[in-house]
Amino acid sequence: MTAAKSHRTAEEIGRTAVGPRPVPELGEQRPAADLASVDTVLPNGLRVLAVRHASVPTVELRLRIPFGGSDPLHPARAELLAETLLTGTTRRDRVAIDTELALIGGELGTIVDPERLSISGSSLSDGLPTLLDVLADVLTDATYPDGQVVRERDRLVERIAVARTQPRVIAREALQQRRYGDHPVVREVPQAEDVAVVGPEAVRALHAQAVLPRGSVLVLVGDLDPEKVIDDVAAAVGGWSSDAEATPLAPVPDVAGGDVLLVPRRGAVQSQIRLSSQALPRTDDRYAALQLANLVFGGYFSSRLVENIREDKGYTYGAHSGFEFTGETATLDIDADTASDVTAAALMETRYELTRLRVVPPSEEEVAAVRQYAVGSLLISTSSQAGLASQLSALAGAGLGVEWLAGHPQRLQEVSTEQVVEAAREFFAPERFTGVVVGDPEVLSDGLAALGGVVLP
Amino acid sequence: MGQIEKFTIDNGLRVVLAPDRAAPVVAVSVHYDVGFRSEPEGRTGFAHLFEHLMFQGSESLEKLAHFRHVQGSGGVFNGSTHPDYTDYFEVLPSAALERALFLEADRMRAPKLTQENLANQIDVVKEEIRLNVLNRPYGGFPWIWLPPVLYETFPNAHNGYGDFVDLEQATLDDCAEFFDTYYAPANAVLTVAGDFEISHAKDLIVKHFGDVPARPRPERPSFAEPRPETEKRGTHPDAHAPLPALAIGYRMPDPIGELDAYLAHIVLAGVLADGDGSRLEQRLVHTDGLVTDLSASAGLFGPFEARDPDTFSITAIHPGEVTEQQVLDAVDDELEKLAATPPSAEELAKVTARWTANLHSEHDRLMSRTLGLGSLELLYGDAALMYDLPGRIGSVTPEDVSTAAKALRPDSRAVLLVQPQTQQEDQ
Repeated sequence: MTAAKSHRTAEEIGRTAVGPRPVPELGEQRPAADLASVDTVLPNGLRVLAVRHASVPTVELRLRIPFGGSDPLHPARAELLAETLLTGTTRRDRVAIDTELALIGGELGTIVDPERLSISGSSLSDGLPTLLDVLADVLTDATYPDGQVVRERDRLVERIAVARTQPRVIAREALQQRRYGDHPVVREVPQAEDVAVVGPEAVRALHAQAVLPRGSVLVLVGDLDPEKVIDDVAAAVGGWSSDAEATPLAPVPDVAGGDVLLVPRRGAVQSQIRLSSQALPRTDDRYAALQLANLVFGGYFSSRLVENIREDKGYTYGAHSGFEFTGETATLDIDADTASDVTAAALMETRYELTRLRVVPPSEEEVAAVRQYAVGSLLISTSSQAGLASQLSALAGAGLGVEWLAGHPQRLQEVSTEQVVEAAREFFAPERFTGVVVGDPEVLSDGLAALGGVVLP
Repeated sequence: MGQIEKFTIDNGLRVVLAPDRAAPVVAVSVHYDVGFRSEPEGRTGFAHLFEHLMFQGSESLEKLAHFRHVQGSGGVFNGSTHPDYTDYFEVLPSAALERALFLEADRMRAPKLTQENLANQIDVVKEEIRLNVLNRPYGGFPWIWLPPVLYETFPNAHNGYGDFVDLEQATLDDCAEFFDTYYAPANAVLTVAGDFEISHAKDLIVKHFGDVPARPRPERPSFAEPRPETEKRGTHPDAHAPLPALAIGYRMPDPIGELDAYLAHIVLAGVLADGDGSRLEQRLVHTDGLVTDLSASAGLFGPFEARDPDTFSITAIHPGEVTEQQVLDAVDDELEKLAATPPSAEELAKVTARWTANLHSEHDRLMSRTLGLGSLELLYGDAALMYDLPGRIGSVTPEDVSTAAKALRPDSRAVLLVQPQTQQEDQ
């Protein structure tokens, strides 16, 4: 920049005549209002959780249908089903579905993974009857028109090609295989050649067999009357019925610790470090303690891992450690993307922080900070309709509900530092973790070999 | 919708208050009137790098203290750099309001800019660029690669993330000059939204920001340049992309000075590409099967992000067997149809209803509400515009949209082609 202009030096900018000032104390915190809700199971077996949260005149909708399958072609069929569920019914073609939704300010979208088919949506609250009508229509009468299925199949093959060039997708696939072998849970992105052989009949058959109300959960949050909306849902989806129950994913095995596998991606300028270990689900008495221990380790920005490998070393833009819930179990997953020349050092520091969490356990101050963060960030994330709906949908998928959410701040308050230390000691042993590093083997191999505990190609 | 109160304190800091007691959370944001269009030649990426440095400590706060105080109060934070402004925010339980105001005031008054933190954050920013641009397919598409084709002048054309060479040359004195020039209180808007009482918030704001010394508000340069007089083409090789992609860039009416014409372009983007029933989705994705995915957008980061000149873009990823000319011809054909025959009332009603619902949803997330109010106050001097927009959008006529479509001319645009550099990867 030009030196001609007059400006202060960095040193002058950083101090004032008054000098450093004390950080203000926190004020009194008002509690969040109680939520009016109804949680019930309809005669067709669908669990419906409706919550009034009338902050704005809209509603959020989340439907989770367990969607496990062991057939090798299941992921391809399921993906194509998700892509074409909203492309036609006897009453509405694809454009009519979009038009009706648009006119109520609405959206519906589908995502499928090895555990479930998720349908998410929203609309202006006075459009809720239409939103439910369209939802019920596709659930009971999706026709999967031949032309739509064939066109979406071609698109899906192209999209899969794009997805498999994304480093995070490559790393995720490698991690899943590393920790779960060939269990169906690893098949998150179908194989393009499998998709290519799925026809409309197979998609329709899968719908008839697997898109079922029994075992599924519908969450509605927004400017609504919970009692009344249950009746509206019952009326709308009454025709969606089956004696069979939606299929959950086969239980996943516990993650066993082991060496990290180097997965080659030639020419990469950055590596993906992904580690994982067995943890505790939300229903376990020690969950809150482990949640706090994880926050101290790498679960938020002010964690030891981020302060070390980002703010001190500059090895990464972001490092994270968090829970992943699968079926009735949970894992702790650690991730960081780092430049190739510092990857081995970043893995070393990550292992060091794992050990340090056990040897120099979380202090009173650290626990106080993460406790406040856990309570506050939950309050923030559930203060919007969309955030609350997503949170409740995830809880409902684990058999939990509004009570768990309402009770969690208290559970976090009651955890003692000793319990957090115990959880840290038990769950953060480096040998409990397995994982992968995806990156350029030309650059990475020497450093990772020197570090050890890494399987090289 | 919401109550808004505005005032300016003695040092020139503009303040927007938007109380809402529904949930016990509060948000604080500061928008500075400087973005990456203002960074000097030879210092690409500097505005964003400087944003990182503003988190690295201030007179009362050691390095890491800012993050720890926000999160240790139960809050979340972030910052982001845009073409014409840079924002910083915290969302917290409402008991932490005063603490959040203190943190923002302390770094507005006396950020601690050090060589060590500069070097550290250059490394972090380089990792951010590797993550979001260099190591993935379609990284920076189209926001980094389209502007140099559409625009001629450095402010509009250059890469706002920055070249590594430029980032590495940034000095502490650059930081000092940038701060003294652009981070004056008179060049900023403070927004507080959520659970608080107006008179209490006013007292706290004066208490903490009142003695931030006044400095002159920098003169805002014009970034105006002539529209292209031909179709300009450029290419970008992408080592990771498996399929070709293209982006078409057009100039738009002045977002501030020609707001109604600008809004017509926003509606046009919806008519073209919002939902399965939209014109381009129907034609290019479903009927002709030319492209895998497409988008149309007023503004490279969405609307209301920049002053003039702003960019209307259409992007598509398409199979290698399809030529870019096929895609362009189909787009032009659809634009000509709209130019010749205005869209139906129902097409506009769809866009208006979705816009209204999205606005409610944005308002419902306190963070986006706060940032929206702050940026509209900064760019338009009118935070309340947020609540007028559904009505203004609803007043756009079919003829207005037709006129907007007519303005997207093949002989005054940029076409960027992303070319896959196929390499055999192990996967």
